[in-house]
Amino acid sequence: MSLTPEDILKIAHLARLEVPEEESSDYARELSAILDFVEQMNEADTRDILPLSHPQDATLRMREDKINESDQREYYQSLAPETEGGHYLVPKVIE
Amino acid sequence: MSDWETVIGLEVHVQLKTASKIFSGAATDYGSEPNTQACAVDIALPGVLPVMNQEAARMAVVFGLAIGAKINQRSIFARKNYFYPDLPKGYQISQYELPIVAQGQLEINVDGQLRSIGITRAHLEEDAGKSVHEGFQGATGIDLNRAGTPLLEIVSEPDLRTSAEAVAYLKKLHSLVRYLGICDGNMQEGSFRCDANISVKPRSSSTLGTRAEIKNINSFRFVERAITFEIERQIDLLEEGGSVIQETRLYDADRDETRSMRGKEEAHDYRYFPDPDLPPLLLSDQFLDQVAASLPELPEARCARFVSEYKLDPGEATKLVDDRAVADFFEATVKDSPKEAKRVANWINGEIAARLNRQNLTISDSPVTPDLLSKLIQRIADGTLSGNTAKEVFSALWEGERDVDQVIDDKGLKQITDSGAIESIVDEVLNGFVDQVEQYKSGNTKVFGFLVGQVMKRSQGKANPKQVNELLRNKLG
Amino acid sequence: MTISNASPVTLSTLSAALHNRELSSVELTTDYLNRIERHSDLNAFITVDPDSALKQAEEADRSIATGNPGPMTGIPIAHKDIFCTQGMATTCGSKMLEKYISPYDATVVERLKQAGAVTLGKTNMDEFAMGSSNENSFFGAVSNPWDKNRVPGGSSGGSAAAVAAGISPAATGTDTGGSIRQPASFCGLTGLKPTYGRVSRWGMIAFASSLDQAGPITRTAEDAAIMLGIMAGFDQRDSTSVERAVPDYRAALDDSLDGLTIGLPREYFDQGLDSEVGDAVERALHQLQSQGVRTVEIELPNSMLGIPCYYVIAPAEASSNLARFDGVRYGYRADNYQDLNELYCRSRTEGFGPEVRRRIMIGTYALSAGYYDAYYLKAQKLRRLIANDFEQAFAHCDLIVGPTAPTTAFRIGAKTHDPVSMYLNDIYTNAANLAGLPALSIPCGLDSQNLPIGLQLVGNYFDESRLLNVAHRFQIESDHHLQQPTKV
Repeated sequence: MSLTPEDILKIAHLARLEVPEEESSDYARELSAILDFVEQMNEADTRDILPLSHPQDATLRMREDKINESDQREYYQSLAPETEGGHYLVPKVIE
Repeated sequence: MSDWETVIGLEVHVQLKTASKIFSGAATDYGSEPNTQACAVDIALPGVLPVMNQEAARMAVVFGLAIGAKINQRSIFARKNYFYPDLPKGYQISQYELPIVAQGQLEINVDGQLRSIGITRAHLEEDAGKSVHEGFQGATGIDLNRAGTPLLEIVSEPDLRTSAEAVAYLKKLHSLVRYLGICDGNMQEGSFRCDANISVKPRSSSTLGTRAEIKNINSFRFVERAITFEIERQIDLLEEGGSVIQETRLYDADRDETRSMRGKEEAHDYRYFPDPDLPPLLLSDQFLDQVAASLPELPEARCARFVSEYKLDPGEATKLVDDRAVADFFEATVKDSPKEAKRVANWINGEIAARLNRQNLTISDSPVTPDLLSKLIQRIADGTLSGNTAKEVFSALWEGERDVDQVIDDKGLKQITDSGAIESIVDEVLNGFVDQVEQYKSGNTKVFGFLVGQVMKRSQGKANPKQVNELLRNKLG
Repeated sequence: MTISNASPVTLSTLSAALHNRELSSVELTTDYLNRIERHSDLNAFITVDPDSALKQAEEADRSIATGNPGPMTGIPIAHKDIFCTQGMATTCGSKMLEKYISPYDATVVERLKQAGAVTLGKTNMDEFAMGSSNENSFFGAVSNPWDKNRVPGGSSGGSAAAVAAGISPAATGTDTGGSIRQPASFCGLTGLKPTYGRVSRWGMIAFASSLDQAGPITRTAEDAAIMLGIMAGFDQRDSTSVERAVPDYRAALDDSLDGLTIGLPREYFDQGLDSEVGDAVERALHQLQSQGVRTVEIELPNSMLGIPCYYVIAPAEASSNLARFDGVRYGYRADNYQDLNELYCRSRTEGFGPEVRRRIMIGTYALSAGYYDAYYLKAQKLRRLIANDFEQAFAHCDLIVGPTAPTTAFRIGAKTHDPVSMYLNDIYTNAANLAGLPALSIPCGLDSQNLPIGLQLVGNYFDESRLLNVAHRFQIESDHHLQQPTKV
């Protein structure tokens, strides 16, 4: 698989990473090499094989509907870059 | 008939009424101080993990069974990846392939026509937080209290053709989820939210038109208006030779129009994949049986039973079952006197409904409880109260009185049924209004009503009107 | 008693010395804090907290005095900096979390605390556990105590270097594709990756959630048994934690190896394996045979495709797991941004190092519309084939043995320019993660450059006892695990 610099910019945007345009070609080359490598997977015939998402095909355990958390806003927001009036702040979002 | 046909599909987000969140132990209460109900899992601190709330799964199954849907006994939680400040993990845990509820249907009634609307699927997911755009200088505030509240997203087939059908479908769904006790249905608080997918196509065409999605319409009235506006917008566009673009639009209630959400307009690629933190959700036959056994009687069945068991009109019965609490109130009232069912229905649909409506209360707030109403109706049935005096007693009960017989005594409202006592009043009246008696005898039967009125007046309304009528007629010959 | 440099210190000897009051926890902790200070050039630690460590040691001494000690009371250990520690920085080797202090303890940290262990500090690691050399740390590379110009392996490189250098008696690590076993191999230690679900992942910063598993890095198999016994167990906060009793891992250590069958995967002894590594593994097998085990050749036909499979699944999960680092609620936020999009992009680009960004890009691509089936779904199917291979193999043997890594420790900088050659370090280790099986690495000799060689044992699900038993018996009759770097 050969990625183009445009592909790189698209992926970078999805991942919210900055790739300066002048680096996008290098990035494309590097990631293409990795993709070429992982394409060795095609050596395996996986027809009719179910995908495995969880080791040992585990199943979900559920909990009771109980409230066991209390307000820790002050503690948690002490970690935040910017808060005001109990809210986390981000630059104005236009809707 | 218009040359255009409209195709509407609705996606409804129903907040499930659990105590705690779907993947954390934080409370789901509405209206708390910002971020005071956002625990480590909800704000996605490094290292935290989700654990599924069993009650949310149960509620989803309750809904599925109620719409006769296939329940997927193996369903998968997936991550829907996108960046947004009210989505702390950078992904929403949702269901993509294999939702918990598969194909089902809901029957709606539009102008007496019954239509069955397909429900494609209903899946579990977590709600996002809220962005607050006002009150911060050039910034947006993020409140994550709502993040992680369980949602059931109910997706209809594109079976709806008009805004009226869409509203009928939504109202039916709204009533059903409250009936099932899985959602409080509070639309102002966002417990029941609707997105509409709308497209129009030439009636002769079999391919669907390009659709626009209208987000977050939060009242039945707005749904009707938003859809109506959007249909007209699309038809105008097409008739002018333009084309509809696939986009998300927002309904602006103030201007009564939909407009493009340009801020969010970008190619979405959600990169769904099975959540590695949450293995597949398996539901046993035993679990499904238990839920099925606990299912309340559904509105249609209950309505039919009210008609056959209590001999109510279908119209009356429909009104009663519309709200499960009202239907329960009705049954609690008639349990000792099923023969009075019709009277009970009249009181609930009439006097009680009117007062609740006026005071913006729900049936559970009614000061007149089923016991009190039952007692009141007994006193009507046994002749102690007339229709008018019963209303007076009812008013007293509404104001807080708690003993029906005491009120009747205190107010001296006991109906006079002693024929001797009534006869002496009748005689008094006949002697006092000789002219009118003459007129009656000479053929003017209209004065009969006047004479009855005089007897009732002298008895202060307590004489049994039926007896009064009989006695007067006999005496006037 | 003083802690000698001549022979390696084990948890069992320290525990005995503390219980017999030959030394106090404060003395022991002070001694290790001094050692950490003396060996700061290794860069094994990101955070050391002497005050907190000494306070914990004092408390340990009190509980020993009152006769109420836990299994590790008073013994200093170090945590990989991927485990959340309340009140002590948790950086995950990243600028993104340079100043992050977790409001809560990871389950692993909590359990070891309850058992009485004293936390010396947090060890260096590849950023977000992505790496096989510990060169991807924001806090700088870690040196291998056997040769300071070489890497200690990764991503738990700081933990391995610390134990190998004798500056921590034992340490925790995490293993997503070999991150406990490969550094243990490079540093001459015992490293165990338990069965997926055996140890809670709560509070362990996620790299690839379906592969990550915590385990101990220790001198000996016996020490690993002690640590695992504390770390393992059901935790309701982790939906993938398995509800299953924890056996007494020490009880089976001395069991006889007679009649045990070891499977030798043909594929693990093919080209690419360094001949000195191959020879050491052969010698180890001879020793095990002399101790009563039987060997059979087995096939794991798909396991050599584990690397490509792993390098799709792990980045895909990581791309999603690392989306929460957005500069909004905690962690690094860029200084200059005009709008929300710039806030996200700059914070993440400046906060993450190049390898982390590379893997996020690969993972994002593998999940994106149009490529999901060819990459992610294909990898998930291949993952099942790999797991099936093991299932079939375990029908013929009790455990599977081979090399841990294709080479011994390489020079710092030797592979940094070529991601794919770096990825090949995990060639023998990541199949166990894909299948979720327990696996362990023990030292089995030194190469001609005096660098340790690791032997890998892979067991069936929840068969950690057997792995530890074989490792322990091997160590009783050999001295590879007693070798120490002479240069430190």
